[in-house]
Amino acid sequence: MKFNRIYGLFLRHFFLITRSFPRVLDLIYWPSIQITLWGFISNFFASHSTYYNNAVGVILTCAILYDFLFRTSIGFNMLFLEEIWSRNFTNLFISPIKISEIIISLVFTALVRALIGLIPAILLTSPLFGISLLDLGIYLFFLFLSLYIFGITLGIFVSSGLLRFGPSFENIAWSTMFLLAPFGCIYYPVEILPEFFQKIAYSLPLVYIFEEARNILINQSVDFQNIIKAFYLNIIYLIIAISLFYYSFEKARKKGTLINIGE
Amino acid sequence: MEYSVEVINLSKSYGKKDAVRGIDFKIKENEIIGLLGPNGCGKTTTIGMLLGLLKPSTGQININGMKIEKNRIEILQKINFISPYIELPKKLTVKQNLLVYGKLYSVKNLNNRIEYLTNKLRLEELLNKITGELSSGQKNRVSLAKALINDPDVLFLDEPTASLDPEIGDFVRTFLENYKREKKISVLLASHNMNEVTRLCASVLMMKDGVIIDKGKPKELIAKHGRQNLEEVFLKLTRSKNEI
Repeated sequence: MKFNRIYGLFLRHFFLITRSFPRVLDLIYWPSIQITLWGFISNFFASHSTYYNNAVGVILTCAILYDFLFRTSIGFNMLFLEEIWSRNFTNLFISPIKISEIIISLVFTALVRALIGLIPAILLTSPLFGISLLDLGIYLFFLFLSLYIFGITLGIFVSSGLLRFGPSFENIAWSTMFLLAPFGCIYYPVEILPEFFQKIAYSLPLVYIFEEARNILINQSVDFQNIIKAFYLNIIYLIIAISLFYYSFEKARKKGTLINIGE
Repeated sequence: MEYSVEVINLSKSYGKKDAVRGIDFKIKENEIIGLLGPNGCGKTTTIGMLLGLLKPSTGQININGMKIEKNRIEILQKINFISPYIELPKKLTVKQNLLVYGKLYSVKNLNNRIEYLTNKLRLEELLNKITGELSSGQKNRVSLAKALINDPDVLFLDEPTASLDPEIGDFVRTFLENYKREKKISVLLASHNMNEVTRLCASVLMMKDGVIIDKGKPKELIAKHGRQNLEEVFLKLTRSKNEI
């Protein structure tokens, strides 16, 4: 594994982002709108709901956590799609970069993209709504890390589809997060879901992450079981996603997708 | 090592369709070989396999004495490719693109290499321009600089002068001739420009329906088929129903 190649691919996207003010604005704009909207909704529920009235920032905190997941996942896919849109795909895959180096580079770049968008939005929450994510304490780090891993995992899953099926898979790239959102129990407890849906939800790390965020904020206690289960599931899904990416690459080499995808 | 590229009984099938069927050829060091044939004859598929983008159904490719299926990354380090059908990131400046690809190929003394290629390809005034805003001729020279950034031993060219005006086309051909002579690289040139092939190539492979139907030096092929030029040979071979 060579740092130069990982850095080279990072540099390609770094140049792209920093060259264009509209791109930076686009990264910041949607998280800020999203969080402002959920901030007001959060305030409303806090004053009209017995469930939320002990913790004003529960909905908003969960909205921020979900947005981080969404930005990480979409960010990873966007980096991949960018190569297709710019017809640079072939150039990338005829360079001596390894699959593992592509994944590492995009994982890191996706984090930078997500943070560019999210940090200004998080900073908004304190003066606008009097809420700080830091209320989650040290556990915030574990929740963010868990969401980051799952976001990347989803990004790798979708990119595997793009590799295997080409640009026609693009629409799936945009819709994955919306498909999983109901099962993630972002804004409501898992018990709200019908029993069969609960089984699906418990097979995803999201439900443990958001249940724990609510637990910390509402009950002021920490259930390490939730954090550990989320990590455990994350590792399993990440291994599956990376294996699928390698498999899709080999399939694409057999089917000829790598030649046609960028043209 | 006498041959930089060895292609042995190479085939590629997609389901029941054979895109390339049992082709063999070799390219020596300091040699340009032309790959000619009508659209859909298997040229792109062949180049795709040589670049490691496509997995051959059968057969073997050796580049610099290494099998591509076992040493893909090592081989990619020493080969490169240019085609008008693929582009460099449009929003980046020329220099940024060269920096990115220099890093991807782990080029040592990258700034010196960029300076060398900038001088050779007359890119001085383009370095800080956005790649997507360049003319076809300028983009072509930038793509050539990217293709040479890693000082390749083997270069694959797919219609390198397509859509260029005669002056730029001639500049590119002259550059390639001189560069090959200077660096002793091996080149596979796929082109529909018969004058270009006649001028640059030591030998020509004629492909049709996934097989090599004839090969030889351009002058020998012209004499063999009793035609005036390579274009007439091309038309004769591609229009004939039976393989020759």
